[in-house]
Amino acid sequence: MKSIRTLKTAVRALRRNVLRAALTTLGIVIGIAAVIAMMEIGNGSSEAIQRTITSMGANVLLVMPGTASTSGVSFGAGSIMTLTPADAEAIVRDCPAVGAVAPVVRARTQVVYGNRNWVPMSIYGTTPAFLRVRDWEEMADGDPFSERDVRNCSKVCLIGETLVRELFDGKSPVGKEIRIQNVAFKVVGVLRAKGANMMGMDQDDIILAPWTTIKYRVSGSALGNVNQSSASAQNNAPGTVSTAVNTLSQIYPNSEQDLYPVPSITQQADTPQPIRFANIDQILSTARSSAEIPAAMRQMGLLLRERHRIRPDEADDFIIRDMTEMTNALSSATGLMTKLLLAVAMISLVVGGVGIMNIMLVSVTERTREIGLRMAVGAEPGDILRQFLTEAIVLCLLGGAMGILLGRGCSFLVRLLLHWPTASSVGALIAAVVVSATVGMVFGYYPAWKASRLDPIEALRYE
Amino acid sequence: MDLIELHNIRKTYHLGEVELPVLKGISMNIARGELVALMGVSGSGKSTLMNLLGCLDHPTSGEYWLEGREVSRLSARERARVRKQTIGFVFQSFNLLPRTSALENVMMPLTYSADHLSERQMRERAVALLDRIGLGDRAEHQPSQLSGGQQQRVAIARSLVNNPRLLLADEPTGNLDSRTSEELLKMFQDLNRTEGLTIILVTHDPGVAHHANRVIHIKDGLLEDAAPAAAGQQPSPPATSASA
Repeated sequence: MKSIRTLKTAVRALRRNVLRAALTTLGIVIGIAAVIAMMEIGNGSSEAIQRTITSMGANVLLVMPGTASTSGVSFGAGSIMTLTPADAEAIVRDCPAVGAVAPVVRARTQVVYGNRNWVPMSIYGTTPAFLRVRDWEEMADGDPFSERDVRNCSKVCLIGETLVRELFDGKSPVGKEIRIQNVAFKVVGVLRAKGANMMGMDQDDIILAPWTTIKYRVSGSALGNVNQSSASAQNNAPGTVSTAVNTLSQIYPNSEQDLYPVPSITQQADTPQPIRFANIDQILSTARSSAEIPAAMRQMGLLLRERHRIRPDEADDFIIRDMTEMTNALSSATGLMTKLLLAVAMISLVVGGVGIMNIMLVSVTERTREIGLRMAVGAEPGDILRQFLTEAIVLCLLGGAMGILLGRGCSFLVRLLLHWPTASSVGALIAAVVVSATVGMVFGYYPAWKASRLDPIEALRYE
Repeated sequence: MDLIELHNIRKTYHLGEVELPVLKGISMNIARGELVALMGVSGSGKSTLMNLLGCLDHPTSGEYWLEGREVSRLSARERARVRKQTIGFVFQSFNLLPRTSALENVMMPLTYSADHLSERQMRERAVALLDRIGLGDRAEHQPSQLSGGQQQRVAIARSLVNNPRLLLADEPTGNLDSRTSEELLKMFQDLNRTEGLTIILVTHDPGVAHHANRVIHIKDGLLEDAAPAAAGQQPSPPATSASA
């Protein structure tokens, strides 16, 4: 009740001199508008920078098989075959912090088209998710292959710009057939040029194909398969797996592969883990956002330990790596931007606040007689303090509201006319309201306190 | 018990090293329902005395009993409470809030005193007072649209809105022409007579003092005498004595 009355009195007092009130708030209006506009433009830029860095692969998490070691001799990362495509599927299913997941099978061999040949830096067998992981979904030409191609072991591939140049002389390769180790692959799409990566390696020197195709039709020469065949040889007749599969697919090109042969009862009893016939070389995945990288790594680690039945006292049989360098660059860029914005915001708000204080002080002097009168009719010092403080806060809140409108207008114009990226931020709006009220309180307090300390006799006599 | 009892009130201002005694021991009583004129030339201490009577200031020494309560040692906050409950002020320069309607000017003191009243009750009370002083039709006018006499009448309505027991008028006719002054003084007399309101008129004009039941002269910080001004109009016997 009392506060409502104080508010009314304050509004009435402000209405008595609209021009002065408007001039007083101008500082805050401009301050808040600057904050909002800077925040929105800055947020937009910051998001654009983040997107750029993210497209370089900052959120990519790499899962590699662990290291094999015999009598203290370690063979380095990737020397045991522990990852399966089922792991990749399980990660998609069970890790909420992980966005896209792509299993990868690598090969390195010669590619032939007509009378030209080339050995690409990387031949990756993977799934369409790979393009999502690497932010590569936009094709320069043609279309990506599908999940169905992966299931069907289809002989299709996507090639990078470098291969187009080397094998096709820059002409469109879509629909043509290239041979990888004597297996004919139809080129269905050309990847957008990505250039060199941070290490200077050509990222366009690449062939992407369904991992099943690479695994079962091509990668006899890939390093990884040596181990797998020896592992399978223990349980089956030597060479059965690969030959059987290959033979089968040649007879029925479109039949689906049975990737996981059902083990016999004896096998199940003998081996604590299912035999991984279809091991893969690595799993590429992305965290949903850079903030979720640690969570994604933790979730994947737990899931893989569970799936691989690793006891708590045993070491991981896989390695998860993140792009620490890029993540750091990302967070430092974002942090820098935020600090810059904060500094600008603080300065403009302090300037606005000092403006409020100045005019409130002038106002107290100008209204000395009024204060004296109010005291004479029984206003206690606290009433006067409250009234002037309320006036300052009302001014600041009004200024804040106008500033928000003005700031949003500015950022809208910037987006419209200059085509700068902007992003609205609810945080900035809330902060603006809180800050303007705080500025009103802090900078309105001194003049209000001064008013409340006036001697009513002096104040009434003041000319 | 009289409304006001002053016992040996002294007020000394300190101007740096120099001590300036303004009131040098004033004792007097003012009964309820009196219309008293406080007269003196400028510099005589009448303004200081009025500030003390109005609880705007506290004396250096002495006792001030207002409605049977010793108020000379109260804090600024407690004095503010006494003012809003007991005392109404009318000033020489009206002191109306500019760009504010007469009605809102009259309602203004209620902001601080009438937490128990609703907005409508406050408005009704202010309208009634404006009617009483004959400005009911000017309620929405701003001070700049009113004549001096009308402004001072609004100021009187404002001073009455808290139902005070004591009305202090500091040169209420100082800024008005003689005809308006006369009307205003009639109004004071009327209020005094019909409501029994105790009124103290502070003035240097014998013509104004003439309207009072009793005139108190002050000179150099001391009361001179307490002669009745207008014979036959004394509601209470003079109970004033010069200080020792």
